[in-house]
Amino acid sequence: MRVEMFTFLLTAAICLAGSAGVVLLRNPVHNALSLVATLFGVAVLFIQQGAYFLAAIQVIVYAGAIVILFLFVIMLLGVDRAEGFDRDPILGQRPAAIAVAVAILGLSLTALLSVGSRVTGQASTLAAIDGSEPNINALAKVLFTDYVFAFEITSVLLTVAVVGAVVLSRKAGPAIDLGEFPEGTTADLLEARHAAKTQRHEAEGDDSQGDDLEGDDPDDGDAEDETTQEALR
Amino acid sequence: MLALNETWYLVLAAMIFTIGSLGLLTRKNPLVMFMCVELMLNAVNLTFVTFSKALDDIAGQAIVFFVMVVAAAEVVVGLGIIVAIMRRRQSANADDVSLMRG
Amino acid sequence: MNLIWLIPCLPLFGFLVLLVAGRKLGDPGAGWWGTGLVAASFLVVVKVFFDLLALPEEERSLTQTLFTWIPSGSFKVSIGFLADPLSILMCLFITGIGALIHLYSIGYMKGDEKFSKFFLYLNLFLASMLLLVLGDNLLLTFLGWEGVGTCSYLLISFWHTDPANASAGKKAFVTNRIGDFGFMLGTFLVWVTVGSINYADIGPAAPMIAAGTATAIALLFFLGAVGKSAQLPLSVWLPDAMAGPTPVSALIHAATMVTAGVYLITRLNPIMAQAGWANDVIAWTGAITALVAASIAIAQTDIKKVLAYSTVSQLGYMFLAVGTQNYVAGIFHMVTHAFFKALLFLGAGSVIMSMSHEQDMRKFGNLRKYLPVTFATFMIGWLAISGIPPLAGFWSKDEVLAGAFNSGPAGPVLWVIGLLVALMTAFYMTRVVIMTFFGSEKWRLTDDAHEADEVGDVESSDLVTASVAAAEHGAADHDDHHGLSPDHTPKESHWTMTAPLVVLAALSILGGAINLPFGSDFKHLEHWLEPTLAFEHELPPVPVLVLLAFAAIAVASLGIFMAYWVYSKHKIAPEKIERPVLAHAWYIDETYAKVAGGPGEAGFQGVADFDGTVVDGAVNGVGAGVLGIGNRLRPVQSGLVRSYALGISIGGALLLAFIVTRMNL
Repeated sequence: MRVEMFTFLLTAAICLAGSAGVVLLRNPVHNALSLVATLFGVAVLFIQQGAYFLAAIQVIVYAGAIVILFLFVIMLLGVDRAEGFDRDPILGQRPAAIAVAVAILGLSLTALLSVGSRVTGQASTLAAIDGSEPNINALAKVLFTDYVFAFEITSVLLTVAVVGAVVLSRKAGPAIDLGEFPEGTTADLLEARHAAKTQRHEAEGDDSQGDDLEGDDPDDGDAEDETTQEALR
Repeated sequence: MLALNETWYLVLAAMIFTIGSLGLLTRKNPLVMFMCVELMLNAVNLTFVTFSKALDDIAGQAIVFFVMVVAAAEVVVGLGIIVAIMRRRQSANADDVSLMRG
Repeated sequence: MNLIWLIPCLPLFGFLVLLVAGRKLGDPGAGWWGTGLVAASFLVVVKVFFDLLALPEEERSLTQTLFTWIPSGSFKVSIGFLADPLSILMCLFITGIGALIHLYSIGYMKGDEKFSKFFLYLNLFLASMLLLVLGDNLLLTFLGWEGVGTCSYLLISFWHTDPANASAGKKAFVTNRIGDFGFMLGTFLVWVTVGSINYADIGPAAPMIAAGTATAIALLFFLGAVGKSAQLPLSVWLPDAMAGPTPVSALIHAATMVTAGVYLITRLNPIMAQAGWANDVIAWTGAITALVAASIAIAQTDIKKVLAYSTVSQLGYMFLAVGTQNYVAGIFHMVTHAFFKALLFLGAGSVIMSMSHEQDMRKFGNLRKYLPVTFATFMIGWLAISGIPPLAGFWSKDEVLAGAFNSGPAGPVLWVIGLLVALMTAFYMTRVVIMTFFGSEKWRLTDDAHEADEVGDVESSDLVTASVAAAEHGAADHDDHHGLSPDHTPKESHWTMTAPLVVLAALSILGGAINLPFGSDFKHLEHWLEPTLAFEHELPPVPVLVLLAFAAIAVASLGIFMAYWVYSKHKIAPEKIERPVLAHAWYIDETYAKVAGGPGEAGFQGVADFDGTVVDGAVNGVGAGVLGIGNRLRPVQSGLVRSYALGISIGGALLLAFIVTRMNL
């Protein structure tokens, strides 16, 4: 009991210090590192409450991936300059924010402490945490039975998010330029085809301009095939 | 010595949440604002796990799982937006981006 | 057996095809297509007619329900057709005459740039008209009723590039709206009273309707009929409707659509039987309309106007008949009138075509020399409408008058009015015939005389309201090739135009045979219609009947002789008879214009002002208020993410506060 209490208090202190660091430190890099501290703390609290799988992905996904992503962006954009704290440009934002924060904290503490240790609500009958079953098995069971639809939907969500991120952060301009293609078989192939096309256009422009409107000559396909084969060789 | 019960966790979560919201409201750097959002989400996750234990229900942990997925997606898109904005305005200030004003 | 649905659907199909491919079919392909479908529809009607004939008399009522149109609780309306003796009789002459007039139009509209559109409208009209008569409930009839109104509007303003034609179409449309209002209210009242708007349910339920309610229903539907059939006081639109092409005048504004009112009253005869004094209103409205319109026709110089007022007058006869509950006579006269009035209109169209679209009879004369077929057929129409036996008009008119004579204490008065109308009818029709086909060739007069004429026209038209003058003008010269030169030689029309004339002439001669008064065996129409009529009308005893008939013949002959005396022998100056008050249609249009333009306009201006200040003020006030509040609230939408976040946080805090207050602390 004492050990648990000690662990909790220590972790809570780390969490609160990390949170305060995220909010109060001026340098974004420091903010990100403080965030990592908090996330680790929360992971420890997860373990303390038996949520081992969540603790693992908390460390792997949050601390390992998301925060690294933050750091990448900070480095990439070079915005690791300190931010001035002197005055908020929005009139009354800071006092209002503090007031709201105090209100939220006060009200939640009122609610929490006034009821003591009572947790109202119904204990589960369907997805009870069975001591005999490992946490991961139990979680997997509900994820792939009761929540399988939501689980599948998350795959769509992630795909959309990835596509969205690519579209958002891509540089404006021509999508794919032939010149940008790396050396290799595909690039060579396209190059050869391109060259063949320009050659043919030039030839046609010379001898028969009236035929241009009719489109490709019947033996175009053959010529293309030949170039393709050459390129492949 | 007080016994360690779920109220401790919940109070801690409330504190993290409050700190996160305070940061969201006062910081001007959009990246830091995102971090504050992450803080708030973590606070919420912590309450979910706490209640999961208190109520003996694994569903609470399943929801945390989904919150994490959504948070990941949100961060990816949010950072994409930030990159797109910063590429155009060279500034790391959320207050400068107010074209949607009425 | 179940071919009923084909009857309206064939013209509808024609309409749809013309809508899509009308221009491709062109001139005259589109015309032949339209004509062919209407003719096919006629054949289907004939088939259904014989099917009905094969059934025993009591069972001659076929219904065909295609699908439920409006299912709404207990209110259910189906797309269903009712083929009973009345509706099939209507269909017979609608499709028959319709086909003839389609054929005629191929010749008449030749070379018009909107040729295919004309047949598009005509086919749509026939589909609507057939829906009107075949619909098995009031709403479907109303659908057809509105459909024909729309087509009428489209066709009156067919040459809409002339604003006068467009305004004539508008006038018809607006005037008809007044009647439609009555129709709708009547339908509502029937629904409330009977609980159904199907004719099949109305008939048996009608005897249970209280007299007061029945009277109200009858009057409301009569208001609808007054609008559609151009009775006083809503008669003003029909003469202006002559701005449309002549085949339209013949088909819509003489033979079919305008008789829809008579059909409606006849269809609702079970209710009319309970309606008490509403029938007297109908009869007297009809009689007075007939008299007034006939008197106006005497003084018109536009050949189509004469026929238009004549139509109004003959419709008055029909209402006189249905008002005296002599439905057989009403329908009988409707049929014969359809024959001879279509004939007269088409004949007039032929004359107008041959005279380079001139419609002023004062410039005609001696046309019998140039237009032999038109002349011969027109003569038959003239004798038929004048009421000379044995042509169709005599028999039907005689039955109307005899029925009126026998209808209660006021009967003889109505009979005298009817006789007076007959006298005037014979007179003005003879006048038309003499001015058009006999006498000197007046268009060969010198330009001086022309100009004098035109000056007179202009002076008198100052008195006429804009719309009347405009309609005359518009009807007279819708085409570029207007201009009757003194050396013009009229030419007989193409066979597509004369063939319908000949057929209609034959029908005008023989049409009376469907209901001869010589005995029960000759009254085919009466026996045919019997199952649909709740009320049997008693004609006067035979000696009185004969006496009345001879009086009618004598009066008709007198009318013809008087006209001959005035216009051929020139014993009496025409000016003594053609009073300005008649030429201006009793100043009805002018009075409407004065009322509508004076107090009416002031009243509506008041309403408009009220609308502009109070209603619009309220609406704009709300708008301005919202705008003002919005402007005040605009800064809230600062575009600053952190402000929005603050808002959300405040909301969250308030929610928390709410929860805390609800907790049992």
